[in-house]
Amino acid sequence: MNKDMKILVVDDFSTMRRIIKNLLRDLGFANTDEADDGNTALPMLQTGKYDFLVTDWNMPGMTGIDLLRHVRADESLKTLPVLMVTAEAKRDQIVAAAQAGVNGYVVKPFTAAVLKEKIDKIFERIDS
Amino acid sequence: MTNIKSLDDATALGFENKLKEQANQLKDLVDSGNVAGALAIISELNETRDKTLYQEVGRLTRTLHESIRNFHIDTANTANNEDASKIEDASDRLAYVVEMTNKAANKTLDLVEETMPYASGISTEAKQLKDDWSRLQRKEMKPEEFRALTSKMGTFLSKLCKDSDKVYGNLSAILLAQDFQDLTGQVINRVTTLVKDVEENLVKLVMMAGKVDQMTGNVQQETKQQETNMQGEGPQMNAEAREDVVSGQDDVDDLLSSLGF
Repeated sequence: MNKDMKILVVDDFSTMRRIIKNLLRDLGFANTDEADDGNTALPMLQTGKYDFLVTDWNMPGMTGIDLLRHVRADESLKTLPVLMVTAEAKRDQIVAAAQAGVNGYVVKPFTAAVLKEKIDKIFERIDS
Repeated sequence: MTNIKSLDDATALGFENKLKEQANQLKDLVDSGNVAGALAIISELNETRDKTLYQEVGRLTRTLHESIRNFHIDTANTANNEDASKIEDASDRLAYVVEMTNKAANKTLDLVEETMPYASGISTEAKQLKDDWSRLQRKEMKPEEFRALTSKMGTFLSKLCKDSDKVYGNLSAILLAQDFQDLTGQVINRVTTLVKDVEENLVKLVMMAGKVDQMTGNVQQETKQQETNMQGEGPQMNAEAREDVVSGQDDVDDLLSSLGF
């Protein structure tokens, strides 16, 4: 796993973005950008600068699940690894996220260890 | 509320009893061929129903007005009303909670981000000194190296004093930043009370409206709202009580692995 990879963190709450950025930095990923919803995130992703997307589900504007669907529908982005970090905990939602092609799903509140484990797992699978 | 309820029941019950009684009379009159008498009973029945209905509608309207007054919703001049409605006040209060929690979270994050480099700096230097110290104990150190170690140790100790004060200070500030819980807790409790009041009044209104429906023979169609399942709900308060919700990360992992993840 490349620790220099560029990560986009999408959440409507600035404090949650900061927490995730801090946790990522502790895990060795210092190259992060932020967006506050899908509408802001999508054009940023389309620049092709990002290697990994961490997104919330419930956001005003474009939600995380819609962002994920847009990403998977975009020829240049469809292989981008996506981790969902969200308070949404309905089984149907998790199934829908899996069907939409999410690479990992973390429910809030979460711990640094869980975040690390999911990220490791995503890149283990990609690298293998 | 109990007053109104019993009053209400009395009216409805009175109407029902009268209905039964007069229905029997009506049947007897029709059977005996007294058409004029039967028609009189029918118009009397109608009158009773109308009277009860007006009473109920009147009571419903009064309660509605009372509820509106209770929440200080001024329909006449909402725009330049100095006493904001309770609902408006509640929204303001909740906005205050969001602001307070946001401030506290940011302050805490600022302090943590500021403190972390101190902790990692202390740790890095202490590790170096520990290695040097072990070499000294194993008598592997040359005199000039020992002199360098002493001066390094001196610098480290004075830096440690300063830095640990800084860390302590920041931790105290983080502690203080938690005072929002007290303030937001009070505000949220007040809003919760208001919501309960609103619900109580709504239930009252629904009950009264139910009586009116009964009089007029209206049947309310139960319109079950189909909620789109993909709508965000935010954090689950009691996930254990719900079948359709996972109760934690382990459940998520199980579900995903059952889907071949």
